Amino acid sequence: MTTTDSDLAPHLKRDYKEGFITDIDSETLPPGLDEDVIRFISNKKNEPEWMLEWRLDGFRRWQEMTPPEWAHLHHPPVNFQEISYFSAPKQKPLLDSLDEVDPKLLETYEKLGIPIDEQKMLAGVKVAVDAVFDSVSVATTFKKTLLEAGVIFCPISEALQEYPELVKQYLGSVVPATDNYYAALNSAVFSDGSFVFIPQGVRCPMELSTYFRINEMNTGQFERTLIVAEDDSYVSYLEGCTAPMRDENQLHAAVVELVAMKGAEIKYSTVQNWYPGDENGKGGIYNFVTKRGACRGQGAKISWTQVETGSAITWKYPSVLLEGDDSVGEFYSVALTNNYQQADTGTKMIHIGKNSKSTIISKGISAGRGQNAYRGLVKILKGAENARNYSQCDSLLMGDKCGAHTFPYMEVKNPSAVVEHEATTSRIGEDQLFYCRQRGMSEEDAVSMIVNGFCKEVFKELPMEFAVEAQKLLGISLEGSVG
Amino acid sequence: MLSINNLHANIEGKKILNGINLEVGTGEVHAIMGPNGSGKSTLASVLAGRDNYEVTEGSITYRDQDLMEMDPEIRAREGVFLAFQYPVEIPGVTNMYLLKAAINAVKKHRGLDELDAREFLKLIKEKAAMVEMKQEFLYRSVNEGFSGGEKKRNEILQMALLEPYLSILDETDSGLDIDALKIVAKGVNLIRSQERSMILVTHYQRLLDYIVPDYVHVLAGGKIIRSGGKELALELEEKGYGWIDELAAA
Ligand SMILES: Nc1ncnc2c1ncn2[C@@H]1O[C@H](COP(=O)(O)OP(=O)(O)O)[C@@H](O)[C@H]1O
Ligand SMILES: [Mg+2]
Repeated sequence: MTTTDSDLAPHLKRDYKEGFITDIDSETLPPGLDEDVIRFISNKKNEPEWMLEWRLDGFRRWQEMTPPEWAHLHHPPVNFQEISYFSAPKQKPLLDSLDEVDPKLLETYEKLGIPIDEQKMLAGVKVAVDAVFDSVSVATTFKKTLLEAGVIFCPISEALQEYPELVKQYLGSVVPATDNYYAALNSAVFSDGSFVFIPQGVRCPMELSTYFRINEMNTGQFERTLIVAEDDSYVSYLEGCTAPMRDENQLHAAVVELVAMKGAEIKYSTVQNWYPGDENGKGGIYNFVTKRGACRGQGAKISWTQVETGSAITWKYPSVLLEGDDSVGEFYSVALTNNYQQADTGTKMIHIGKNSKSTIISKGISAGRGQNAYRGLVKILKGAENARNYSQCDSLLMGDKCGAHTFPYMEVKNPSAVVEHEATTSRIGEDQLFYCRQRGMSEEDAVSMIVNGFCKEVFKELPMEFAVEAQKLLGISLEGSVG
Repeated sequence: MLSINNLHANIEGKKILNGINLEVGTGEVHAIMGPNGSGKSTLASVLAGRDNYEVTEGSITYRDQDLMEMDPEIRAREGVFLAFQYPVEIPGVTNMYLLKAAINAVKKHRGLDELDAREFLKLIKEKAAMVEMKQEFLYRSVNEGFSGGEKKRNEILQMALLEPYLSILDETDSGLDIDALKIVAKGVNLIRSQERSMILVTHYQRLLDYIVPDYVHVLAGGKIIRSGGKELALELEEKGYGWIDELAAA
């Protein structure tokens, strides 16, 4: 019954229930990366010639680049030649019928609680799911229902067959292949991901979601997601991710691009639960992700909400280019690092249009030896008359071996702008815990209540079911981090 | 109800309590008075089970159980309540949420049905009215932005809700104006009953005009140096805490 602040976080044991491996026959490229690998991937997916050229171009540029070193992260260099760049379950399912999907895959998603069977979905909570397993999409639900509403929701590899012009028009238009080291790599080798297109004036009739699963050993996952919302349309999109527990680190380098046209709104939510490594920092996913959205028209709105509890390393900055007048960008983030996890995450809000508004709410939780950095840029360009930004970055520390760091950058080129920044750092106090326990709550319940209270402003942005999921996940991620 | 025998306790190696003996019978109200730093809060904390205190000697029996063997949350569920001298703030957690979690933890422990949202709401509104607390405070984060008096009233609200067997009020009166003091006293008197016992830790005798204790104890240097009836508080008020030093030296 002793709990002092210093031993709030010692032997942290985490129960990662998604850590199993699916024993499935797969076709996996041997490790290594060269132009032939890229040709193989492109050929495998029967891509148009321009796509291959685009990939090769990305690859050539990537070779001239070096990994970014400015982040507050420490890890041995990634050997890109030791990674396999393509792995797919052998029997390629027919995408329209689950009957053709390997039962082992169905079982995998059942175990993960991901609804890929339309029939089995509960009435009322309709979510369309695209399930990406290693390098390929294995199932997409409600495609037909959505198409009736004019909404395209399919694997990006399929979009390249069915709607190549649409993909060509928007791919790389927000995150160019040369944007950064990991984006260039992704452009060269991306395997699958989701494509969403919401036509003008359509409110997407259900939540869309993609569930990413890494299964194969020594493979990287490089998904690419592209969401386009035409004028006055609306879509809410959710992304979830898990991976088996392994001693080796695995690489996940994704690119997500969002385009919101005049009056359109895209709400993008992530619950990231990649395997974080064990309590000694062995294993776990290296998560290097580029996410960016462009508000391309007047009154467009893009809102990023992320709950980052997994990964050994998280490097991601979901950003918004506020090009349209009166456009709105939002970033709500909870990032938790326990044990030896490290996160360097934040956002960039680039104000270009007049009266553009952005809000940043970042909540960092560090436990064990976790290191948590918020890094954010608010940039107000010359023409962004009356731009507004409000940023709030709060850090919560559990124990005395973890760290929280805040790096807010501001560049204001227009004097009419109003930019506000608030930051707090607090420690989950022995006094708070004792207070709750004195009222009859167990220590675990008290911790999870206090942490949930801390994250409330972010959780309330998540769709209902996801918020519940996120709260649970946070509880599990913190399990054993006290006493 | 409570029996403290020869209790010695340290904090960070420093000896604070030096052999406390105290018997609190069921239905009794005891006041513990003493100068600042005499160990009043330490005693309250040890009773509630705060862990940075090390009990080096002695024993505490609470309702025929060894209190020292119980974790703080078990003590709470068994009916030990501490109204904190400095109630803590918990941002983002509504008062309602904490109160509901608290009462249901107690109910569950005692094998009773937990309250659902509707039952709880009805009950808490009743209790809030009792301590004249506006309902908006129920929906605010626990103690966040509360004034000193509001925080103390919130403690009494929690006590009223949980209906503990043994309530320990640590300087709940300090820093209150006379109106707030009356409200607190009213709350306490409403809870006072044949089945419940109370320990009022206070620095001033003022509170005792409103809550009349059965016994008064004077604590100095980690020891109870004098015990008596309610007159003792008046005597202390009259002679001042200087008198204590003389008593302690004697
Ligand atoms: N955390 C602590 N570390 C060291 N000394 C403490 C701590 N808390 C209390 N003390 C000391 O213990 C003594 C008793 O304090 P306390 O029980 O709070 O007295 P009271 O409530 O009667 O004013 C004081 O001398 C105080 O300085
Ligand atoms: Mg005190």
